[in-house]
Amino acid sequence: MTPPQRRRRLPKEASAKIPQQAPEGVSPHAPKEGGAQGGENQTADQTENQPERLFVLTSQVEDGDRASLDLVTLIVARADAPPTAQPEQSAVLRLCGSPLSVAELSAYLNLPFSVVTALLTELLTAELVHARAPIVRSELPDRSLLEAVMHGLQKL
Amino acid sequence: MDFKSSDTVTGPRAEDHLPQTAQAAVKIVIVGGFGVGKTTMVGSVSEIRPLTTEETMTQAGVGVDDNYGSDSKTATTVAMDFGRISITEQLVLYLFGTPGQERFWFLWNGLFEGALGAVVLIDTRRLEVSFDVIGRLEERGVPFVVAVNDFPDAPRYPIEDLRSALDLPEEIPIMKCDARRRASSRDVLMTLMRFLHSIAMASASA
Ligand SMILES: Nc1nc2c(ncn2[C@@H]2O[C@H](COP(=O)(O)OP(=O)(O)OP(=O)(O)O)[C@@H](O)[C@H]2O)c(=O)[nH]1
Ligand SMILES: [Mg+2]
Repeated sequence: MTPPQRRRRLPKEASAKIPQQAPEGVSPHAPKEGGAQGGENQTADQTENQPERLFVLTSQVEDGDRASLDLVTLIVARADAPPTAQPEQSAVLRLCGSPLSVAELSAYLNLPFSVVTALLTELLTAELVHARAPIVRSELPDRSLLEAVMHGLQKL
Repeated sequence: MDFKSSDTVTGPRAEDHLPQTAQAAVKIVIVGGFGVGKTTMVGSVSEIRPLTTEETMTQAGVGVDDNYGSDSKTATTVAMDFGRISITEQLVLYLFGTPGQERFWFLWNGLFEGALGAVVLIDTRRLEVSFDVIGRLEERGVPFVVAVNDFPDAPRYPIEDLRSALDLPEEIPIMKCDARRRASSRDVLMTLMRFLHSIAMASASA
């Protein structure tokens, strides 16, 4: 029996030039300006049939900052919730007594990723939480980091 | 959203808290077609029960115009399972199991670009499902290894036949696995890490 056959692809010029080290870790196709009015921000080959994000909570904070929050950015509370905090904000502050990733927050709060990043952007601006940026893949991968991960996996 | 009060939110169990010393996280993406074993693999190595993060999106132009007005967008929820492995007191590894369709990837900022690398899970009953995923990773320059989940009724091809069918160069690891077994899933992750390490060594000496 012969399996079906694939054809290899080459790296695309555009994606090869992405600054991998950027703390934003922004994908080339990620709409940077938020999604509600999204379509125009996407690259030409993506505009068709590209679904867009739906932001549910409105936020007074500029959308630009949202891009810097990754799924695995670790969030830590810096203060207790002020009496004026919305229930969602209080919940974030309560959960982040110890470090918690944005992905985990989204799971425990049962809120979409974009809603959580909007909430966190407000909390960061109000200096109620700290964000510990993830280590993203870089052009020159850090060998000691890779070795640490291997060591950790070996203990599993 | 059915969010009512912060008291209704159940957070991590006490044993699932990260230590205060946790400074940074890295991520690995496990990608593959429907039902190929992504969630199983995440769950078999994760120290926490796998969790799910969701994103809501609208699909412009999919709905048919109706009496409710000009807005014919439909909202879809895209879910992604993930797990966690504490590497040291400072470093945490997250594993994300994501569907193969690239049109969903943009929902999560830098999911692939920020990842150390990816595992492509394949099922030999539906090999062609993985073709597009592999092509997209190649285009984006994301390093990956291929893990073949051994389903009982799946055709068994020698690894070298799979390599030529998938048109993968010699250096890209292809291995069989059983995602239900922790040791097997761990071996897949170790193979990815060794592959990433060899790339790092090569680029350091170049
Ligand atoms: N024999 C065998 N069965 C497996 C293996 N991995 C997963 N399965 C089974 O395959 C089924 C689907 O596994 P999931 O982990 O839910 O697959 P998935 O990729 O997360 O599926 P979706 O999220 O629905 O796309 C389950 O019944 C698993 O028990 C494997 O390595 N070997
Ligand atoms: Mg799944």
